[in-house]
Amino acid sequence: MILQKLKGTWIPLVAIGFGLLAGAIIMLLFGYNPIQGYIALWNGAFENPYFTGETIRLMTPYILSGLAVAFAFRSGLLNIGVEGQVFVGWLAAVWVGTAFSLPAFIHLPLAILAAAVAGGLWGFVPGYLKAKYQVHEVIITIMMNYIALYSTNAIIRNVLTDQGERTDYIAESASLKSAWLTELMEFSNIHFGIILAIFSALFYWYFIEKTKYGFELKAVGFNRDASKYAGMSVKRSIIMSMVISGGFAGLAGAMEGLGTFGYMSLQNSFTNIGFDGIAIALLGGNTAIGVILASGLFGVLKNGALNMPTSAGVPHELVDIITALIIFFVAASYMIILFREQIISMYHKLKHKLSNISSKEGK
Amino acid sequence: MDYVIEMLDIRKEFPGIVANNNINLQVKKGEIHALLGENGAGKSTLMNVLFGIYQPERGQIRVQGQDVNITSPNIANDLGIGMVHQHFMLVDTFTVTENIVLGSEPKKGLKVDIAEAEKEVQRISDQYGLKVDPKALVRDISVGMQQRVEILKMLYRKADILILDEPTAVLTPQEIDELISIMKSLVEEGKSIILITHKLNEIMAVADRCTVIRRGEGIGTVNVNETSTNELASMMVGREVSFKTEKQPAAPKDVVLDIKNLVAKDNRDVDMVRGLDLQVKQGEIVGIAGVDGNGQSELVEAITGLRPSEDGEILLNNQSITNMKPRKIYEHGVAHIPQDRHKYGLVLDYSIGENMVLQTYYQPPFTTYGRLNFNEIYNYAERIIEEYDVRTPNSLTMARSLSGGNQQKAIIGREVDRSPDLLIAAQPTRGLDVGAIEFIHKKLIEERDKGRAVLLVSFELDEVMNLSDRIAVIYEGKIVANVEPDETDDQELGLLMAGSQRQKVGEPQ
Amino acid sequence: MKKRNFLVTLFLSFTLILAACGTSDEGNADGDSGEEKNCEPSDDAINVAMVTDVGGVDDKSFNQSAWEGLQAYGEEYCLEEDEHYDYAQSTQDADYEPNLNRLTGQDYELVYGIGYKLTEAIEKVAGQNPDTNYALVDEVASEMDNLTSITFKEHQGSFLVGVAAALKTESNQVGFVGGVDSPLINKFEVGFEAGVKSIDPSIEVDVRYAESFDDAGKGRQIANSMYNSGVDIIYHAAGGAGNGVFSEAKDIKTNDPESYVWVIGVDRDQYDEGTVTVDGTDYNVTFTSMVKRVDIAVQDVAERMMEGDFPGGENIEYGLSDEGVSVADTNEEAYTEEIATAVSEWEQKIIDGELDIPSTHDELEEFLNNL
Repeated sequence: MILQKLKGTWIPLVAIGFGLLAGAIIMLLFGYNPIQGYIALWNGAFENPYFTGETIRLMTPYILSGLAVAFAFRSGLLNIGVEGQVFVGWLAAVWVGTAFSLPAFIHLPLAILAAAVAGGLWGFVPGYLKAKYQVHEVIITIMMNYIALYSTNAIIRNVLTDQGERTDYIAESASLKSAWLTELMEFSNIHFGIILAIFSALFYWYFIEKTKYGFELKAVGFNRDASKYAGMSVKRSIIMSMVISGGFAGLAGAMEGLGTFGYMSLQNSFTNIGFDGIAIALLGGNTAIGVILASGLFGVLKNGALNMPTSAGVPHELVDIITALIIFFVAASYMIILFREQIISMYHKLKHKLSNISSKEGK
Repeated sequence: MDYVIEMLDIRKEFPGIVANNNINLQVKKGEIHALLGENGAGKSTLMNVLFGIYQPERGQIRVQGQDVNITSPNIANDLGIGMVHQHFMLVDTFTVTENIVLGSEPKKGLKVDIAEAEKEVQRISDQYGLKVDPKALVRDISVGMQQRVEILKMLYRKADILILDEPTAVLTPQEIDELISIMKSLVEEGKSIILITHKLNEIMAVADRCTVIRRGEGIGTVNVNETSTNELASMMVGREVSFKTEKQPAAPKDVVLDIKNLVAKDNRDVDMVRGLDLQVKQGEIVGIAGVDGNGQSELVEAITGLRPSEDGEILLNNQSITNMKPRKIYEHGVAHIPQDRHKYGLVLDYSIGENMVLQTYYQPPFTTYGRLNFNEIYNYAERIIEEYDVRTPNSLTMARSLSGGNQQKAIIGREVDRSPDLLIAAQPTRGLDVGAIEFIHKKLIEERDKGRAVLLVSFELDEVMNLSDRIAVIYEGKIVANVEPDETDDQELGLLMAGSQRQKVGEPQ
Repeated sequence: MKKRNFLVTLFLSFTLILAACGTSDEGNADGDSGEEKNCEPSDDAINVAMVTDVGGVDDKSFNQSAWEGLQAYGEEYCLEEDEHYDYAQSTQDADYEPNLNRLTGQDYELVYGIGYKLTEAIEKVAGQNPDTNYALVDEVASEMDNLTSITFKEHQGSFLVGVAAALKTESNQVGFVGGVDSPLINKFEVGFEAGVKSIDPSIEVDVRYAESFDDAGKGRQIANSMYNSGVDIIYHAAGGAGNGVFSEAKDIKTNDPESYVWVIGVDRDQYDEGTVTVDGTDYNVTFTSMVKRVDIAVQDVAERMMEGDFPGGENIEYGLSDEGVSVADTNEEAYTEEIATAVSEWEQKIIDGELDIPSTHDELEEFLNNL
């Protein structure tokens, strides 16, 4: 068991190493100093409390979108619709945040809840269609992303504002920001969402690993026929899985609406929070702790990368290639597994030869 | 030496287990050499060592008298070793020829010369009497033909030593006969065959010699014409095996399962069960005999709620369970050993412990207030593992890594332990070795003796004859005859299964 | 085995290609590759930097224009890129604030925020860093001593291209494609319509918004329906979405070189966007462009700060009089001398203050009533 667990963490770590190496080679080829480049990357993410705060702020929605994808994945569904669920969650949170004036202990939870419900509703549609009519969830969720993008824009322009570019600021009582935290992190945009995200990860872990519902979802994910045979309701599991997945995604939207921005503006295109969530879930092996770590990696890379052009002179196009390479290597850990087999067989050959030699010497 | 393959003193370890130890396998040129062992005995591991998938910790491999070091399947191929796996590795949408040349395509410039390849495939097919159409799409041909395509693939690559891994498991009786004649013509042409199997009668029918493995240890090699099935069985299992199951006469009591005029459709919306009537009483085993595809699966699925009943009624202890949800039906006291243990019986990626509560996980003590109680679950699982002799390192082991026999024992343990009123056993011994079969048969009879109603569905006539107290013959979705096993024979059953009326039996045809 | 060799070969060829690209790139790299300069950085020059919006520094629009302004400033005072002047690119809205903070932390004395989307971010950062000066382009920020706002009298330029369009149209129908319906883009729309109607109130102006600054498909769709309904000149103020207007016009031209379709570009001189070659003959669908000289404005603010005259708390509006906006005359064939003369007459009137150009819908109404 311990061996297996070690193997699990070993692979992504080596993969990050490979990614950094490949990035370094590319920087060298283009005549930039990779050490300076990586120092800039590190500094960009952690140089002072401000940037550390920004890194944490960036990883917050990633944790939730990663959990969303992972949750659906555990029951054998590919939720490509996290992107759209983020949008509706964001909008719902901001709507509640701007429309009411309530004491904070009601307002904030209400806004968060609204985001989760909106995201869950957005996940319910593909879940229901999948369970009831076997429509493939990937197609529906992709479509739902566009519906979300354009309808949130339309609502912002026509309902929440009068042809405005963005909504009003949410009321103080619905904000996840706190003066104390902002002070601590030297005016960074960090907010209490990170705590919510970590609690969500805990909830994810408990739900999936410890409850009968999680048992059912995983069984359905592994083997639908056997689950049906065993008397589980496959349809209910599929719908529940998509709803909860959408709920996580909606919370990711709330992080943007109630934390980072405090409003929602017209979106020209997708935020990529949801699409990056797919990569994060895969990197994290669909486990709670894995998703947190992978979100951390994304946060560091994305935030640190902004610093590479200004502080090490590496052009931002190259920075994109380097960060993509690191993610690519981590994602492609099957290549590492390939190498592992190779290493093991080389090891055995060596051992074989050594034992041959020693046995001959023995004679 | 005239051995084409020699594997001497092979040892292969996996973390925690020794899969092969002290095994010697020597194959002569032009012989069919059987490799016999129970499920999980280490046959596949040994062949994977020979085929270069695993590296042995100790031992020597010689091919045609030369010491070799086989580190990958490619090297094995180069040495003329070809393997036909139990699960075929064919691309459905490609033609036979395309599948055969895949990976070693004959080239004409940059283009694949498919016409040339077709000719070559046809030639080899004719030479060995394989009767394969080189242009047919793989998805359109029968399982038996697909297997011959796999064999052709090896021959096309000039393999001299063919490893066949449980080749008959997927075949019909006629296809088995064909395969046997193909194997014979292959060795006549100078090929050597290693036949992995646990079916004793096949060994007696085709093999020249037989090497037996038991729990990873090499037991020895015998000449087939100097041995008997009994001797082979006891070598394999390590004790005397009885082929005839001992049982007392049945003492049937109240009716447990009462099916009236049942109609059920298959996935293509075709009626497969067409007005079927059947009764099973406490304390009896009713065997359903029939050729595959006469509605057996649909019948079982309709009883267990996995498939809707279109018409008719299913009563359990005089209460209707027609079209209830599977979970409700289980709660009413039905247990079901499914015919496909991988598809239905187990979640292979769950631990064996988790699989033991697959239907009951939501009930106390396994779940309290929505939270799973893993201590209870694993304690319970350990007990079943112990009682039903499931050989697994522990209850945390993934179901996937257990051998077929042990997986099946685990399922039977799980189903029987629920103390059901009705136990449905569909193909309970499919693909298992004699030791496991014996064990399972004993358990089913024990259940009968405890007063449970047992419904047995099997395509193996021997099994139905052996176990049943009453045989119901199914033909085109109806029970066409109820016979006592003592009053019938294979021949009569065979005719009934083919649709003849009972009274006509014995009359000149 | 074979597979692995293949991978290695692939990787090697990949790196070779990259290396080749690398060297060719270095050939025309500017400034930072150790190129010798024959001048000394001027002592009183200040260090300046800018943060782009999500369009990026090569958007062929105001981000690019602003960066050209910084480069011109750098050249003028013999400064080093990356050391004395630099830019930070934003890939999403959430990047603006960290980017502004980052450049502030790197001791730049003046940091520009390019585009109205940076308003909130720059106000916040300016409030937290009183020792650094900031300038916001395209939007009026709240008053702070260390923050200046740079805006343009786009309505003036738009008025002039409206005049030109009115003189050019044959169908008496012209079109306007805006990015997102907002006060800023309304200035373009209103100025244009006022210009058109000043020449001939009977000319119809078809106004539509793409609701996006980067959806070229949407822009193209709108252009298609406008041209089909008889519009022969479209003025776009839609950034990337406007590229769709160009492609539609070029398409029509390709199918029928005789067709009478024109596009009026925006922000930069978009003459190059309009070239189309049919059967060996070159055509250009860009009639003219409403040029917004962000580069001049950016350089101007930097120089004012150098001179100790940073216009903190002010909103500097660049208009026709200080060349902040102008009308491009690159397409001499289409933009005839006759039109040029008329336009410059109107231009003089505006500069002289004889004519106030409306910048909102309300002002437009009043303007039209007074015609």
